[in-house]
Amino acid sequence: MLALVVLAVPFGAGVASAVAPWRRWVGWLCTASIGAVLVCGVGLAVRVVHGPPVTAFGGVLRVDALSAFMVIVIGAIGVLATWQSVRYLDAELAAGRCSQRHASLYSMLVQGFVTAMLLAVVAGNVGVMWVAVEATTIITTFLVGHRRTRGSLEASWKYIAICSVGIAMAFLGTVLVYLAALHVGHHEHANLDWTSLMAVSHHLDPGVMRLAIALLVLGYGTKVGLAPMHSWLPDAHSQAPAPISALMSGVLLTVAFYALLRFKAIADGALGVALPRALLVAVGLLSLVVAASLLLSQRDYKRMLAYHSVEHMGLIALGAAAGTRLAIAAVLLHILGHGLAKGVLFLTSGEILLAEGTTEIAQVKALLARRPALGGVFAFGLVALLGLPPFSLFVSELNMVRAETQVGLGWAAAISLVCMAVIFGAVMSHGRHMLFGAGPDGEQVHKTPAIVTAPLIGALIGCAILGVLAWPLAGLLRAAAQVVAT
Amino acid sequence: MNGPAYASTLELMSGVILVCAVVTLWRRSLSAVVKALAIQGFALGAVALILGIRQHDAVLIVVACLVMASKGVVIPTLLGRVVASDPSSREATPIVNVPASLVGAAALTFLAYGATQPVVALIPTTAGRLVPLGFATLLIGFFSMVVRRKAISQIVGLLLVDNGIALVAFLATAGVPLLVELGASLDVLLAVVVLRVLAAQMWSKFGVLDLDQLRELRD
Repeated sequence: MLALVVLAVPFGAGVASAVAPWRRWVGWLCTASIGAVLVCGVGLAVRVVHGPPVTAFGGVLRVDALSAFMVIVIGAIGVLATWQSVRYLDAELAAGRCSQRHASLYSMLVQGFVTAMLLAVVAGNVGVMWVAVEATTIITTFLVGHRRTRGSLEASWKYIAICSVGIAMAFLGTVLVYLAALHVGHHEHANLDWTSLMAVSHHLDPGVMRLAIALLVLGYGTKVGLAPMHSWLPDAHSQAPAPISALMSGVLLTVAFYALLRFKAIADGALGVALPRALLVAVGLLSLVVAASLLLSQRDYKRMLAYHSVEHMGLIALGAAAGTRLAIAAVLLHILGHGLAKGVLFLTSGEILLAEGTTEIAQVKALLARRPALGGVFAFGLVALLGLPPFSLFVSELNMVRAETQVGLGWAAAISLVCMAVIFGAVMSHGRHMLFGAGPDGEQVHKTPAIVTAPLIGALIGCAILGVLAWPLAGLLRAAAQVVAT
Repeated sequence: MNGPAYASTLELMSGVILVCAVVTLWRRSLSAVVKALAIQGFALGAVALILGIRQHDAVLIVVACLVMASKGVVIPTLLGRVVASDPSSREATPIVNVPASLVGAAALTFLAYGATQPVVALIPTTAGRLVPLGFATLLIGFFSMVVRRKAISQIVGLLLVDNGIALVAFLATAGVPLLVELGASLDVLLAVVVLRVLAAQMWSKFGVLDLDQLRELRD
């Protein structure tokens, strides 16, 4: 029942925003609906942490600890993004860049986008999960192109063309997994439910599964933004409106990664850990190297944040490659921490763009002196994202490296640390340029409304609490890691 | 349907799908390419129909009709309108010329036979032997997305990829479960609609449908 509510509430708000003309209260209604999702996610987590998974529609929807955790991640970052969407639409309407109708369309698409992501994580059937992930691509294409500039049109085209091909490969991989399941023996029971695939995973044909897992890693990897299929990511994330960038970078990437985690567990059963691990290490390290080399010369702060996502996806790919319970728990904590920090940074960058009118790093100076609240949030967001204590990304990165060393991937962990150091230096120097220095004489200090900064500060505090105490998620993380760990 | 007739019609229809994929590389006139795509859609529906009749599977027969309607009629019509509105609807300067593309298609077909060994080994039936044709179609689709520069050509490439996968799914597993099949078809249809809308916006903004115009976002 609760599993259904999670989907119905944001969908209902989407329908409401489609029929009602755009007003501020419609925006707040959408935010409230995602807040309800977050509450339901917590409710689901409490139920499944010690109990059996919650199912609906004969297993089409199925929520275990891992799904419940992802619902919480989507809910948390969704609240931030929809909160800020109200302000984004206000500003666009005031500047005459978009009409009432576009604003309604925007809220409707955002609700559809969140619903599709939720469906992807609560689907018990890997085919339905695929359909939902593909649906996110189609919906977000319009959101990327919402500003209707030449650049955003180009970004939308690249985004949907590359991601559709990627996701098609993932579909072929899914078909091959189904083929292997059909040939296990008792034919009539074969279906695409995750539980039944896991039950027969040790008997799946290894030849077919090898082909399948390679296609799945490449295919879902495209949506995750792992190199070498990452080229759509910086364009789409930098051209999209800030709340959409926050959702795409903070959650959509990791929803696709969630799909990969599920399939990895099946492939581990069929093939042993070696091949899935090798594939994930390869794409993970490549992503880190690509991100490090492109971050060094970045001139645009939204693109900088986008490449930073490529880095973090590389890190979680390495963590998932290790695959132990410790590693998966760290990966999941990293998914939440990265989502919060990246969400905060993209939303702040939207505010900076609104205030300064440029996305060039060189044009933005002395934020801390001129816009203390905004600059402060941006600074702490960067500190969180770079993995410094007390934020949770520090803990998760540390534990991923520990887990990788335990399974003999110490060399990969070492390479990842070198890349992280390079990225640290690059981002610090870009950040220093934007944040520090004295403002021009006579310019008064700009205030940022508390309604903008409050949720962002809240998210950063949450990220810090998770980093220091691991409370209240420790039990859920353990239970969720158990679902897919080797 | 008796044995030999079943096998030969299935082989014929699967062969038509691959030939249509090659035709999209060979012909530079976009209206001819869209026609080839429509024929491919019908052949794909026919494959599902033959398998459905053979296995007395009513669901598969329904799916076959849906495939023919969407891939044989709706999608080609959508693309045909764009082509008709663009007077210079020829692939003027493909990155790889036509003879080289055809050699590439042959190489990709060999590659498909190599890569699908484990799949063919698992299903020792007529349908199983034809799975490499689906993979070859898919690879040709990728190839055409990479080497062609017209917006429409890229959409065609994506559809070739999709048809190839659908052929593999029909031949190897007699179609995925209905719910997934419907969802997947709807997603593909929507993706094509979205791409077509974007192409129309590009047309109104740039006056051409050439992807070489898209070079604003660089590092």
